[in-house]
Amino acid sequence: MSETTASTNVKVVVNAIGLTKADYRGNPSTLCQGCGHNSISSQIIAACYELNLYPEEIVKFSGIGCSSKSPFYFLSRSFGFNGLHGRMPSLATGALFADHTLRGIGVSGDGDTASIGMGQFKHLLRRNMRLVYIVENNGVYGLTKGQFSATADRGLELKSHGINPYMPIDIAWEALVGHATFVARSFAGDPKQVKELIKAALNHNGVAVLDIISPCVTFNNVDHSTHSYAWGKDHETALHELSYVPKAEEILLEYDEGETREVQLHDGSVIILKKLGRDYDPTNREAAIKVLEEANSCQCLITGLIYIDPDQPSMLDIYQLTETPLNRLREDQLRPPKETLESLNRMFQA
Amino acid sequence: METQVRVEQQAVITEKIVNDFSITVATVNGSGSQTSNAAILRAIFKMGIPVSGKNIFPSNIQGLPTWYTIRVNKDGFVARKEEADILIAMNPATFSKDLASLKPGGAFFYADDIRLPIPRDDVVVYPMPVKQLIRQVEIPSYLRDYVANMVYVGVLAQMIGIELEKIRQALEFHFKGKAKPVEINFSVVSLAAEWARENLEKRDPYVLEPMKATEGLILTDGNTAAALGAIYGGVQFVSWYPITPATSLAENLQQYLPKLRKDPETGKNTFVVVQAEDESAAIGMAVGAGWGGLRAMSSTSGPGLSLMTEYLGLAYFAEVPVVVWDIQRVGPSTGLPTRTAQGDLTFVAFMGHGDTQNIILMPGSINECFEFAWKAFDLAEQFQTPVVVLSDLDFGMNQWMGKPFEYPDKPMNRGKVLWEEDLEKLDGKWARYLDVDGDGIPYRTVIGNRHPRAAYFTRGTGHDEYANYSEDPHHWHALLNRLKKKFETLKPFLPPPVVETMDGSRINLVAFGSTEPAIQEARALLRAQGIASDFTRIRSYPFTDQVSQICSGYDRNYVIELNRDGQLHQLLRMHFPELAPKLISYAYTDGLPLTAKQVYEFILSKEGG
Repeated sequence: MSETTASTNVKVVVNAIGLTKADYRGNPSTLCQGCGHNSISSQIIAACYELNLYPEEIVKFSGIGCSSKSPFYFLSRSFGFNGLHGRMPSLATGALFADHTLRGIGVSGDGDTASIGMGQFKHLLRRNMRLVYIVENNGVYGLTKGQFSATADRGLELKSHGINPYMPIDIAWEALVGHATFVARSFAGDPKQVKELIKAALNHNGVAVLDIISPCVTFNNVDHSTHSYAWGKDHETALHELSYVPKAEEILLEYDEGETREVQLHDGSVIILKKLGRDYDPTNREAAIKVLEEANSCQCLITGLIYIDPDQPSMLDIYQLTETPLNRLREDQLRPPKETLESLNRMFQA
Repeated sequence: METQVRVEQQAVITEKIVNDFSITVATVNGSGSQTSNAAILRAIFKMGIPVSGKNIFPSNIQGLPTWYTIRVNKDGFVARKEEADILIAMNPATFSKDLASLKPGGAFFYADDIRLPIPRDDVVVYPMPVKQLIRQVEIPSYLRDYVANMVYVGVLAQMIGIELEKIRQALEFHFKGKAKPVEINFSVVSLAAEWARENLEKRDPYVLEPMKATEGLILTDGNTAAALGAIYGGVQFVSWYPITPATSLAENLQQYLPKLRKDPETGKNTFVVVQAEDESAAIGMAVGAGWGGLRAMSSTSGPGLSLMTEYLGLAYFAEVPVVVWDIQRVGPSTGLPTRTAQGDLTFVAFMGHGDTQNIILMPGSINECFEFAWKAFDLAEQFQTPVVVLSDLDFGMNQWMGKPFEYPDKPMNRGKVLWEEDLEKLDGKWARYLDVDGDGIPYRTVIGNRHPRAAYFTRGTGHDEYANYSEDPHHWHALLNRLKKKFETLKPFLPPPVVETMDGSRINLVAFGSTEPAIQEARALLRAQGIASDFTRIRSYPFTDQVSQICSGYDRNYVIELNRDGQLHQLLRMHFPELAPKLISYAYTDGLPLTAKQVYEFILSKEGG
């Protein structure tokens, strides 16, 4: 499989399936130095490495924009499809039916999701397709040089485009009211949280929306912008300290009683939420709505797992597919026998 | 108010007209007349008489006028006819106009609760006591309105000689063998027939006599044929969005797939049907599934295809197999959603920005709807490109006779797909867009392939042979020209034109799609006038050289189609400029299927003495 058997004396660090970190890397990024998206790509690499996932069992999807370029910069050994602007959800939905054993990671941006992509985003949620849907949210169009996106703050003033007069779209809110079964908000400047959320999301049996504030260092990193590094660092309030523990692993973290909450995912793995200041229950929809409203009114960046319902069937479950992936079915499984056509013909006959 | 004067019946039978007439049923949309009309049609078909049925309906759920026309013809000419010989008037709103449209000597059946003047003495008039008869049937009152239309089935059956037993069989087909509705409807039919036998005197010339001309044939619509063809082609993924007249294609897939395509051992599904949120999502899903190695399709009509264009352009460029059925309706814009046309040909030929090409298949019968449905998957996968099948409303939603569907005579062609063992043999050395075989068709892998070298990155941006992003002018130039080469390679694999010759012919009638019956009938009419004609039906695009060879053999090729601009004519002139002086366009669009008369009169005006 991989070239991890060290014939030299150099010690090669591998994970439990014998792969090195390099096996999860992608091509060199062509995004700007310091772009939040690069940090997220690194956490995707780290999460998959630590989860011992074969890269071949992950499929990457994206739409159009800076964010959507990033799947080329991680997991080179995974298939990827860079689709149309805002219409990655449909692409991913169709593709993931080809082999139900695979895990999908979709990377979108605020321009991609919150404008043309809003419709497909919402319908992805209501179908609960098993897909990690990351929105690298920076409030601005990068590739076309700094126009406001639909998530930009009202009143934000940027160099060449003046003042944004419109209300922003809140991705996490949209996900929550759209009945997403996993909604998280995070900050590219908080890599540990991003990584643990990605791990949990990859093991969620349904759609997992990660609205990650991912600063654009070139066009929208002014300190007063809620999408900047400085603002995020100053205003981040984590709901909890989050750790994902796979099913096979023993829970080694030691916490005092009453200090944590646990959410069990459908595969038996556990998300451990260490309380920080408050006792937040992410399985409570009402609490989730309140916390997002609170984030709006207090002008702070509340991060963490905002909502989860681990028990809903995913779209793939609903379709009752054969155990063999559809794209490996043979001709004799796909073409009904001749007699069946003869009987149909008799029905239509004179 | 006009006075309700009924004109004394004058018309009498002159000579019997057997198995050669057309019937128009004028009803209100949503009144349940579809069952009645389908029963008449199938019963005649079951009597062995060639027949067709066309629904001229409004874009409305309930309340607007709708007409169903049935053409009975012993010689097998079943194209639409302009005039009706028999008219069944059930709709007060169109009563007077319907009556006025009837041919002199025609038969006029009407529901006698419609109290409007009948100011014609050159037709035979038969009143039908619909309400009275329905009251005599023992059925729950809420069902009365639904079965009222069975009265005209019974009266007509008695007056023109449709065998009641055949009507029962037709109802059994319609209700898929469910005894109760068959019984209820048939009881109305019998009662009405009995009433007619006792109360009406036959004074019109139109009669049916059993034949053996439909023995072994089938009767169904093109969307059913397409759905079944797709199923026998191994369709695995269908994503669609409702749009007239394509809806019934997807609905037929939904109906038949669970019966035909469950794993026999586990009962699990080998297929997926998703009703998407719109056509953009429908095609996105289909492209995703096609990329993932599934036989994927969607079905739509013009407005939906406009929305699908962007993803299809990506699929062309990224080389993703996918099949889309365009059941054409009248455009531009929303157009006439419930009427037929052949107006999407040039749009589909160039669909997509930049230099884009598309494979188009053009079925010309319900049998070809079936055949092209499975072949489309083979072509899409063999050439890794979208295939658009151009059907139309006339095929899709109307009833056509055909031969029994033929089981695919070839194994599936899944194209150049490399799996783990293939990559093992190649030592992992392969490139997604490398023209290894010199035919322009590269090799591909699909998701789920566990070989560490299997993956590649698919994109709509410029790429090199290894699927890496590239803006290199040489890469771009080479890529677009390889795609062009691929389209040269595929031409011989497309369905060739169908040619029919006639002794002494010096002209050629060229067409595609659903217009053949009208053209064949016109050829017979022209021959009777001493004008012999050959016929060429084009079945695919891009055109092969065969098309130009055929057309160059005639001084005059009449290109006949249902659109304004003569789109097939345009494409032929563009691809074969040397043929231009020999190509004459007859293009006409009003939303209705072509008639023999239109073609006959046009050709006669050009060729007649």
